[in-house]
Amino acid sequence: MLFFSFFKTLTNQVVTIELKNDIRIRGVLKSVDQYLNIKLDEVDVLDLDKYPHLSSVKNMFIRGSVVRYVVLPRSEVDVGLLEDATRREAANQVSKAR
Amino acid sequence: MERLSINDPPPGPQHGNNAQQGQQGQQPPQVGVSQGPPQLPPQMFTTAAQLLDLTDKKLVLVLRDGRKLIGVLRSWDQFANLVLQDTIERLYAGNLYADIPRGIFLVRGENVLLLGEIDLDKEDDIPAHLQKAPFQEVFDLKKKEDNERKRSDKKRNNQLQGLGFEAEHSGEILF
Repeated sequence: MLFFSFFKTLTNQVVTIELKNDIRIRGVLKSVDQYLNIKLDEVDVLDLDKYPHLSSVKNMFIRGSVVRYVVLPRSEVDVGLLEDATRREAANQVSKAR
Repeated sequence: MERLSINDPPPGPQHGNNAQQGQQGQQPPQVGVSQGPPQLPPQMFTTAAQLLDLTDKKLVLVLRDGRKLIGVLRSWDQFANLVLQDTIERLYAGNLYADIPRGIFLVRGENVLLLGEIDLDKEDDIPAHLQKAPFQEVFDLKKKEDNERKRSDKKRNNQLQGLGFEAEHSGEILF
């Protein structure tokens, strides 16, 4: 749930998403759900010549399971806070497992 | 179903607090009226909210096996199982493409790669290097391309495995 909440804080930021089939898409992050499905607005497909079927697409829904990377704007991420949160989450998981 | 967008404020009586009701005399008193089911928050971070915006729009659906389907999204559920109407399948190979009329599709969610809303103003601006060609010609060319790609992907995966890398998406080839 942590990364779901994390991505929610990044809505309306410009992100670049690389899919497992190597397509890279830049766009405004509009929404995310519990599966980390992502909704992008004002999309801009890098290397569009290779993917002509995306030439007239203005916004898209990407299934979370096919995402390889999400490239985030550095200024919008509080790395220290995220580190703390992940460690706390990991500690919770451990204590829950016991 | 009422057509909500995720930007809409939640409807219903919860929107204002009860103190305001005294000032707005024309509103009927809400005493004793049940609040009904909980209203959705203005930004619904759910699969349903994301797909609701795309309903009844012309979309391009890319499947895990590389197929590109163009149709109107009519129905869906929380797993992103989809129903598309008036669908055509568009084949691309080299700088050729072909359309095949297909009809209604019910797609199981796990096969969905992405779903893009087509900008109707731009939909006819087909990239200059692309040409429409007869189905059979495109199909044969595509088959050849796919076989080549399969071979080179297999070779690359084998090499990677030799170096100790596990093949991504368990060796399944995504397009």
